[in-house]
Amino acid sequence: MARFISRRLFHLIFILIGVSILVFLMLRLIPGDPAHLLVGELASPQDIARIREKLGLDSSYVYQYFIYASNLLKGDMGTSIRSNVPVSQEIFVRFLATVELSIAAMLISSLIGILAGVISSVRQYSIFDYFSMMMALVGISMPIFWLGLMLMYLFSVKWGILPMMGRFTMGLDYHVISGLVMLDSLLSGDIQLFFNSVKHLILPAFTLATIPMAIIARMTRSSMLEVMSKDYIRTARAKGLSRGTVIFRHALKNAFLPIITVIGLNFGLLLGGAVLTETIFSWPGLGRYVVDSLSARDYPAVQGCILFFAVIMVIVNLTVDIFYLYLDPRLRIDGKG
Amino acid sequence: MKRGKLLFVIFMGLMVIPSLVLAQTPVKGGTLTWGRGGDSVTLDLAQATDGESIKGGIQVLENLVIFKKDSMDVEPQLATSWEVSKDGLVWTFKLRKGVKFHDGTPFNANAVKVSFDRVIDKNHPFYKYGTWRYPALGLGPVKEVKVIDEYTVTLRTEKPYAPLVANLALWLCPILSPAAIEKYKEDIGRNPVGTGPFKFVKWIKDDQIIVERNDDYWGQKSHLDRIILKSIPEVSARFMALQSGAVDIADDLDPDSIQMAKANPNFKIIERPSVNIGYLAMNTKKPILSNKLVRQAISHAIDKQTIINTIFRGLAIPALNPFPPSMWGYNFKIKDYEYNVQKAKDLLAKAGYPKGFDTELWAMPVSRAYMPEPVKTAELIQGYLATVGINAKIVRYEWGVYLDKTAKGEHDLCMLGWLGGNADPDNFLYGLLHSDNAKPPAANIAFWENAEFGKLVKEAQTIFGKEKRAPYYLKTQEIFHEEAPWVPLAHSTIVRIYNKKLHDVPLRPNGLNSFQMIWKEK
Repeated sequence: MARFISRRLFHLIFILIGVSILVFLMLRLIPGDPAHLLVGELASPQDIARIREKLGLDSSYVYQYFIYASNLLKGDMGTSIRSNVPVSQEIFVRFLATVELSIAAMLISSLIGILAGVISSVRQYSIFDYFSMMMALVGISMPIFWLGLMLMYLFSVKWGILPMMGRFTMGLDYHVISGLVMLDSLLSGDIQLFFNSVKHLILPAFTLATIPMAIIARMTRSSMLEVMSKDYIRTARAKGLSRGTVIFRHALKNAFLPIITVIGLNFGLLLGGAVLTETIFSWPGLGRYVVDSLSARDYPAVQGCILFFAVIMVIVNLTVDIFYLYLDPRLRIDGKG
Repeated sequence: MKRGKLLFVIFMGLMVIPSLVLAQTPVKGGTLTWGRGGDSVTLDLAQATDGESIKGGIQVLENLVIFKKDSMDVEPQLATSWEVSKDGLVWTFKLRKGVKFHDGTPFNANAVKVSFDRVIDKNHPFYKYGTWRYPALGLGPVKEVKVIDEYTVTLRTEKPYAPLVANLALWLCPILSPAAIEKYKEDIGRNPVGTGPFKFVKWIKDDQIIVERNDDYWGQKSHLDRIILKSIPEVSARFMALQSGAVDIADDLDPDSIQMAKANPNFKIIERPSVNIGYLAMNTKKPILSNKLVRQAISHAIDKQTIINTIFRGLAIPALNPFPPSMWGYNFKIKDYEYNVQKAKDLLAKAGYPKGFDTELWAMPVSRAYMPEPVKTAELIQGYLATVGINAKIVRYEWGVYLDKTAKGEHDLCMLGWLGGNADPDNFLYGLLHSDNAKPPAANIAFWENAEFGKLVKEAQTIFGKEKRAPYYLKTQEIFHEEAPWVPLAHSTIVRIYNKKLHDVPLRPNGLNSFQMIWKEK
């Protein structure tokens, strides 16, 4: 197992080198000058030249990449062109907001998705099956933007049950420990803040959960249907095991491989930030940051974010693979090799 | 019965009068929540170019001088008086005594020197801590800052430069605590320490900025306890936040929300003419557009009033000069090219294009106050040009690319605009139309070079006193009108929508709004 993990982490180095070169080149090949964007409509040629020089954009690409890569090796992702703040710092604070939202959304989507999928599969062609699969279809096709605004209008403006935006009530005194509001509220024993942040999380997390929830439900259903027709399930039933044990211990565990892949993939995607949900609910996450940085041609910021995503995707995939090993003992043999 | 009624009326009157009086007396305390479209980039305004940064920074930082509340004249802020030497090169400022920065550092001539030197002096130890923006608009012309005594400082320019004192009132020239600049280094933009009526408290990126009342403020202390500037990027969500009472002010609403807000008695609305312009620049370096008659024909072909009624929903006035009529030096004698298809066709025929020609019309990809719906505007203009035989193809690029390519002069016709912060005609005429700025990357994207115009603008820069400078500008506007390098389209109206519980909400045309005087009913 340790060898497996270390080998995968070793691969990460090459992935990062590849990604860093690709992103570096792509950013510079798309038109648009960060110096010009920085100074805006009224920029004198001198202003632009001065800022280009200051940002080091006047040297050759090879040299720029060399500087960038050597700084990266020292753990320095560079300084944001727009805000003059180290990129790692910019990414970190926003990533925590994204993590909070992503975990909540994945919990909601996995719980409801798997449950709906399991029930649909054991009651195939029942009303519940048709209904939940239709909802899944609606969930996949529903524009997030519209759903978010509708939820906000109904729950916040019209009924006033839930807060409409942000991570906690504006101006609330919050002592940052880890940066994850919910965790910090528990650490500091501030129950009020905890419930406050949970309430703020409900609408955006639910909005963000709809698509993965639908995918997970459909995947669970099809995977379960396949497993349920297997011989060992018949054997389990024949042994006289209870229905629950058959479904959850024997069927679901075996049906879990594709489900966990889907969950992992979606979680990885969510950790990259959800631009639309973050925009609607004024959630200060990574998705908005990447888009803003890209439109400002903030090279270091975009490079930093993409590298960061690459690391996250590798780690998420690795975690999923470790889950595989746990779920399917047959794979452990290959894993060693 | 009658007497009872009378007593009742008197009683009710007594009840009402105090509340009327009270309603006019500012209430101390309360938190103002201010919903806006985006986060600030930096609160060190010497490094800022965007409106969202200015909104936050201006609450905390102060300058030597400030624009008056209702005009674009300047009045003292941290300077109490100033004078310029006879040769027009040295400006002497007397500074306000007994002022302290929020970190306790005393405000004095050294603070001014450090705040300015870090921007203009490449060898200054703090120069490297920032990316200094728009030097031409701010401190660029200043060559030397000298401390004369504790409360006197002089600024020397290379050439006489009349707009200097207006530049100093812009956001670009704030005075920050020298101790804080040294302490925070490149982080000063996230920890601004000024002398303003509000102190910086906290900034959660992309979320909120909190400032609170400075109880040691040297002037009129603010009524509010604190202000929370909240980023709500989605415009519908921002309006919903205002409706639900989550925010007291919602910035930059779309015209539909503005219409809805107007019908809602819970909101108050103020409108002001802005000091901006949205224009269609004609690239005079392109063979066909180099012909003045063609440019005049295009000017006659476009119906500005319809653009204003449909695109701006009436929240603008038609533009005919390069800067708006609310600024001094505006030439009211000029008559606009009226919308007249026949005249346009005649001019085209005279220019040798009786059947029109093919051209490109570049549409801005982002909306601005001066151009709220650029693509729809471009489509309208395309339609107008088609009626006189000009076949314009609409070209779109992403914003960064658009700025880059137009600055290089790759376009035929293109749309752009400008917000003139210091409300000095020079800001528009030199920056956007002078031949100095017509070389790539150009700000003069009509690439228009007119010797007489250029000479007048340059001369006016060196003359002091608005009365003396105005005649130069009146003349330059005549030349501009005759030569028509642009079709000036509109000067937009800015709107502020807020909860009716707020009072004394400012809305300055240049966007430099301190919220010092706002108070909020309980």
